[in-house]
Amino acid sequence: MSDSALLEIRDLSVQFSASAPPAVRGVSISVNAGTRVGIIGESGSGKSVTAMSVLRLNDERIAHYSDESSITLDGRELLKAPLSAIQGVRGAQASMIFQDPMSVLNPVFRVGHQVRDVLIAHRPELRKKARELVIESLDAVGIRNPATVYRQYPHELSGGMRQRVMIAMAIASSPRLLIADEATSALDVTVQAAVLETIGALADDRGMAVLMITHDMGVVARFCDYVYVMYHGEVVESGAAADILTSPQHDYTKKLLASVPRLHGDQSRTA
Amino acid sequence: MSPSPLLEISDLTVRYGTGKKKPAVDRVSLSLAAGETVGLVGESGSGKSTVARAVLGLMPFEGTITYQGENLAQVSSRRMRAIRSDLQMIFQDPYATLDPRMTIGRQIAEPMLVHKIVSRSGIAARIGELLNQVGLSADMAGRYPHEFSGGQRQRIAIARALGVSPSLIVCDEPTSALDVSVQAQVLELLQELQQTQGIAYLFIAHNLGVVRAMSHRVAVMYLGEIVEYGTSEEVFGNPQHPYTQALIEAVLEPDPESRHRSMTIDADLTSPITVMRKHA
Repeated sequence: MSDSALLEIRDLSVQFSASAPPAVRGVSISVNAGTRVGIIGESGSGKSVTAMSVLRLNDERIAHYSDESSITLDGRELLKAPLSAIQGVRGAQASMIFQDPMSVLNPVFRVGHQVRDVLIAHRPELRKKARELVIESLDAVGIRNPATVYRQYPHELSGGMRQRVMIAMAIASSPRLLIADEATSALDVTVQAAVLETIGALADDRGMAVLMITHDMGVVARFCDYVYVMYHGEVVESGAAADILTSPQHDYTKKLLASVPRLHGDQSRTA
Repeated sequence: MSPSPLLEISDLTVRYGTGKKKPAVDRVSLSLAAGETVGLVGESGSGKSTVARAVLGLMPFEGTITYQGENLAQVSSRRMRAIRSDLQMIFQDPYATLDPRMTIGRQIAEPMLVHKIVSRSGIAARIGELLNQVGLSADMAGRYPHEFSGGQRQRIAIARALGVSPSLIVCDEPTSALDVSVQAQVLELLQELQQTQGIAYLFIAHNLGVVRAMSHRVAVMYLGEIVEYGTSEEVFGNPQHPYTQALIEAVLEPDPESRHRSMTIDADLTSPITVMRKHA
């Protein structure tokens, strides 16, 4: 893509053990500012390792990046930077949301305080206005009674609400890139559709780019402009989402699309 | 449908706790003929798994459940044990469903030994036969669950259920933990077994595409009640209830057109608390 990409992953290879094949091999992905890019693949395809590499969240005692690997965000090299410098990138320029909000939220603290702490950690100068800003973010992610939810504990919220809280946490400090790793996979279909809608609206309003990691072709169809298909640690195909969905070139992509049980179309058992 | 169904549920009500709370399952009626698949769809908390538990006798209930003409609420526990061998189940989590410290051969053997279906001398051959039927090989019987992938484990769970030659298998989200390509293989296996052995399925899932591919008839559950019931074609082709319409609307399909589809779903529809308040 263009050289003005916000995120540029080039030739990324990640290996977790010298004796095992690399989990990710020569992956190149670019995300332009304000766009929605998807990475699709099944369990073990390397999609999450790729996403985690951007924020250096892989366990670096065992994860080894090859010498050619490069990841730049806004022109700044991340893989070779010291971890202390990455701390300033996480949350401030790029945030990540995960599949299971319960493993992110602390069960013994009020959700508003947890979002506030994250905001203050990234933007200490906002401490005085923090409560107000958190309530604004909760409102922005579609929580209807943000002041009440601010005081609630995670167990008092449904799965969809918790996922919204996590999104609020991720966007509170206005990052330019949001990485969503299977962020809607654990949700019911109606809730999933609504949460995707919320992420899309936030991205459009704020000009925030989204890197959506998913195993679901339906999410790609509904959400993404551009998509990369990963298989066995490599990108096997990439292109505009509409092209990949209508005319996949690689055999794996074709098989993946054929495996999806469709709701519409002629597949019912009853005539 | 045959004149006397295999399974007939009428006015099934299940309550958790006491008091005036809305029952988890509220006057549910449905029937299942031999060799047929009835899909039960609905979101988390709609009561679909509770229906399955009641059918399996794992849950006290009100109303009647008749299996092959016998009222399950009235049969003796001895008789219920015999009926259970004809009524098997497969669950969602292929990691939780198998004992990590027992070889898969022993686990497949256990229900057959409990129900005294096969003699101890004939058991090894029977285990091999069952493994072959689900697409695994007979020499895998001595291995442990951790040596298998999620899809293979689900096949092992299916082999275990098949051992007692059931007429009905309750499948509770059997493929929702699997990758989509593996899911397709497991669904195919279930359909093939139905064709060759005439097994009926009560098929519970939240994925409408999966339910449509598997089911002859479909019941849509919402807040403990069946809001729509008909053939797959009727329910998915021409949904009548607003909840079914919303559910179908929300499904994300790998269709580029869906990008331009507007979201019309009201978030309140998915919150039972809000719905209950509105109707109170």
